[in-house]
Amino acid sequence: MTSTLQRTRTVINETSKPALPNHIKLRHDAGRGRWHVLAPERVFEPDEIAVEILKRCDGATTVAAIAELLAKEYNAPLQDILSDTISMLQDLADKGVVTA
Amino acid sequence: MNEIAPLEQFGDAAGVSCARAPIGLLAELTHRCPLQCPYCSNPLELDRVNQELTTAEWQDVMRQAAELGVLQIHLSGGEPTVRKDLEEIVEVAAKAGLYTNLITAGVTLTRDRLKGLQDLGLDHVQLSIQDVDDANAEKISSYKNGLEKKRELGKWVRELGMPLTINAPIHRLNIENLPNIIDFAVQMGAGRIEVANIQYYAWALKNRASLMPTRAQVLKSAEIVEEAKERLKGILVFDFVVPDYYAKTPKPCMGGWGKGIINITPQGRVLPCHASEQIPGLEFDNIKTKRLADIWLNGQAFNKYRGTSWMKEPCKSCPRAEIDFGGCRCQAMAFTGDATNTDPACKFSPHHAAFVAAAEQESANPTPPAFVYRRYGGAKTDSET
Repeated sequence: MTSTLQRTRTVINETSKPALPNHIKLRHDAGRGRWHVLAPERVFEPDEIAVEILKRCDGATTVAAIAELLAKEYNAPLQDILSDTISMLQDLADKGVVTA
Repeated sequence: MNEIAPLEQFGDAAGVSCARAPIGLLAELTHRCPLQCPYCSNPLELDRVNQELTTAEWQDVMRQAAELGVLQIHLSGGEPTVRKDLEEIVEVAAKAGLYTNLITAGVTLTRDRLKGLQDLGLDHVQLSIQDVDDANAEKISSYKNGLEKKRELGKWVRELGMPLTINAPIHRLNIENLPNIIDFAVQMGAGRIEVANIQYYAWALKNRASLMPTRAQVLKSAEIVEEAKERLKGILVFDFVVPDYYAKTPKPCMGGWGKGIINITPQGRVLPCHASEQIPGLEFDNIKTKRLADIWLNGQAFNKYRGTSWMKEPCKSCPRAEIDFGGCRCQAMAFTGDATNTDPACKFSPHHAAFVAAAEQESANPTPPAFVYRRYGGAKTDSET
């Protein structure tokens, strides 16, 4: 059973371990030179930061750890990255793209 | 993160020109279907089984689609599962890297077959329902015990861990049941629901007088959807397709002509939209004689209304020209007799008042006419069955 069976809203916080369900596919599109998220009857175009976050949604890494990595990589304040990451993942969870 | 491609309400794509590669391909594998819904989107002249593309031809379509840059393939019909070679088509599509979506009425599929399709790479199932009231569902589809079979299929989809969308075409005969329809989707474990008010083309246009809801009903349904969306946030994703007869601005049909979607009919005709065959003056290529990329880029039918250069007033100087692309060419043709007119759903159309009046009068009729069910030949009404 995948977690889409659950009938409660996924709430994302620092300790969540986000993952992409089997039917959500993060794919690089060589023809268009960009990444896409393929979902049921939906295609999303994630920006660069979103791609970096989604690549790390492996069901084992916490949101806090993802934000820490990105803060280092982009040399940006951790608190800002953390709150942006949480709000992005919450939005995606509400769209059924991310589970935790 | 931009969302670029719901099938029904194709949004605008970020910074890409008209003739970019299509995002989605709607493959109408067959026009055969055990159901006879009077709002079917198939044309009145249905393709016959002996005209259908072969397995190898559909497989080649899948490979060509992936090469062209199509991301998602919607396996539709008619009822796609009546094709015994569906597995062979799905397998090739999945191997080519396409996101595969099965659009089914759910009355012909067994659990074993569904499992087999999943193993071959099927990504998603969209199950259509007519109503959540058994008797009413039977009346609409002219098919016995359909809802029971759909419940069963929905259960199998979820047991197998596949994502499920419930597609609910909404009209006069079921609009009052909308809250129950939404509950049904939640109970079935669906992650997504399409509350899709009927779009009046083909069979639906023929049956418009039996199907059109009142303005008050439509407004109420919009409120119901808004409330449910908020309540079911993170549980059920909603797509709400409004009936444009009561709109002020037209829908951006297909997200713009020849912009993001390709439709292929059972016999291989390649269309910019499933209803476009009713527009005179369009030359449709067949996939049996031309490459998909060539048709998409150079086909007369695809270029005829692509972009905005074909427009006349009031579209031409309209600030919404690149937002709604003048609405729907097929609706302009059907209602005004000229496909280059603005869609009569637009308040700037000189035909708008008559368009709205038609809906208001028909929906107010206490005794609407009997359905003309979707059948080969299509002449029988429900009083004759």
